Amino acid sequence: MIIEKKLLKQDSVEKLFAKLKADGRRILAPKAQGDEIFFEQVASASEMAKDYIQTTLSPKGAVFPRVEALFRYQMEGKDVKIENNSEPQPTVIFGLRPCDAASFAILNSVFSWDYQDSQFKSRLAQTAAITVSCSRADEYCFCTSVGGSPGDTKGSDILLTRIGSGDYLAEILTEKGKAMVTLAPELFAEAPSEDKEKYLAKVPVKFDLKKLTEKLPEAFNNNELWMEQSLRCLGCGACAFVCPACVCFDIQDESKRESGVRLRCWDSCGFSLFTAHTSGHNPRPVQSQRWRQRVMHKFSYFNDRQKYLGCVGCGRCSRKCPADMNLLEHLKAIAEAR
Amino acid sequence: MAELAKSLYLPKSATIRKVIPMTESEKFYQLGFDDGSELGHQPGQFVEVSLYGVGECPISISSSPTAKGFDLCVRKVGRVTEAMHQLKEGSKVGIRGPFGKGFPAEALKGKDLLFIGGGIGMVPLRSFINYSIDRRKDYGRIILLYGSRTPKELFNFPEFEDWKAGKKDVELSLSVDRGDDKWKGNVGVITTLIPPLKLDLEKTFAIVCGPPIMYKFVLLALEGKNFKDDHIYLSLERRMKCGVGKCGHCQIHGYYCCQDGPVFHYPLIKNIKEAL
Repeated sequence: MIIEKKLLKQDSVEKLFAKLKADGRRILAPKAQGDEIFFEQVASASEMAKDYIQTTLSPKGAVFPRVEALFRYQMEGKDVKIENNSEPQPTVIFGLRPCDAASFAILNSVFSWDYQDSQFKSRLAQTAAITVSCSRADEYCFCTSVGGSPGDTKGSDILLTRIGSGDYLAEILTEKGKAMVTLAPELFAEAPSEDKEKYLAKVPVKFDLKKLTEKLPEAFNNNELWMEQSLRCLGCGACAFVCPACVCFDIQDESKRESGVRLRCWDSCGFSLFTAHTSGHNPRPVQSQRWRQRVMHKFSYFNDRQKYLGCVGCGRCSRKCPADMNLLEHLKAIAEAR
Repeated sequence: MAELAKSLYLPKSATIRKVIPMTESEKFYQLGFDDGSELGHQPGQFVEVSLYGVGECPISISSSPTAKGFDLCVRKVGRVTEAMHQLKEGSKVGIRGPFGKGFPAEALKGKDLLFIGGGIGMVPLRSFINYSIDRRKDYGRIILLYGSRTPKELFNFPEFEDWKAGKKDVELSLSVDRGDDKWKGNVGVITTLIPPLKLDLEKTFAIVCGPPIMYKFVLLALEGKNFKDDHIYLSLERRMKCGVGKCGHCQIHGYYCCQDGPVFHYPLIKNIKEAL
């Protein structure tokens, strides 16, 4: 639902950043590190990467950090003193793509389907997304096959689309978005009567999602399929670490003498130890079963329980796979199998 | 950050009240919460045990909720459990839980219960066995088949002598894979105890817990006895990390073992290759 449309001049982004910072918010935006682009805290809009189709990592870490403390503890004789975590800082993510914005709802569906994960939810509540729609796409992009699009508004608080003049057409989508506009109303001018569609990348639909989800439950028992697809899989977990929707994590302690911290860390179902029991028994002893778990979880189990797909079609897993596995090709093969 | 009291990951402090060595590698612990509260579990559920600075691991609850405090039986096998074996009476641990779906104690009222436990699988079964003994009138026969590799590895739970002596109305049969000089009982895998049983199949429900390999053969033996699939419940082991259906480690097909299990109705998982 669009609350209102405005025009944000290209040179107003810097001023908007200043207003957001003055309001006590940290701004995470795409920043280049060599050939890679990561979401990092920026002081000025000039630090941002200029030209990118997709960032290396999604901004998932803003709401679900790669490593975070669940709590800290201090041993005092036989007793233990637990220390509170501090409040998360209000955060604005700027320059994420619509696929990444859509991923927050997927993460939230896991962190709140039954037990409510207060740590995740408070971070999410403190985070606002100013998304920039996609004017370009590459062969790895498949958002339109999984319910998204280059100008999709899902999950964004403000969606910016760069129009011919170089300025941004701003769609104010939520109360959070409105609150940011209220911080600097003078920067948001009346919107021109332009259709954003003509400025958006064209991403063709690459497989029939309905067919895929119908075929997956039966494909589960097709060992040959999973063996063939996973032959190249190294089990390195890179696909999970770059995925904006992967939510599996590990819990580990780190301690020094009397004090320590219990950490939550990203994990991957592609790792052989992910399911290994201490006894040595492993319910998923071979890589083909782990690959199957990855595909089934995202496109079948997720769908059944959380009513979301566990994928937004950003294509990062395929761009970053060191063995050049391509999820899209595998999904197409399953959807089109007779 | 929300109040830590609401955090899913914050353990509650409990004190070890008693340690009883069971076998060479297993110890039995009686615990109680320091704030005086009870665990409030159902038979068959599990907890996450925390040793600060070492880590956390899932352990099934061995005591019946009808008793005060709660019991755990821990095999020394990994980092956390090895550290746990160093602890003495009076030591403190952190506890999260109880988690998961236990045995269907309500639904099985009035039924004959056939418990089949292998090795450390006996630990969660004990919770339901003691529960059904404490509510003896609610249940029909209580039959327990319990097997281990050697006589030395049989758990000597505090009430075990009573069961062996035929008290408490428990029909106990023991078997070991390999006997020793003193062993006068059955020798053979646990499935050898199944064919001779005289059961009312309409009324009997099997409740099974043991190592992965045991399920395969116990299920075959029950099938040979014309047991119906929906009269079988199995308690499964997985690497539950969070216990609250988030971290993904314990997923079995679309199920979270920590939420939908660890006790599963057999028809639910029968056709899932990865489950058993």
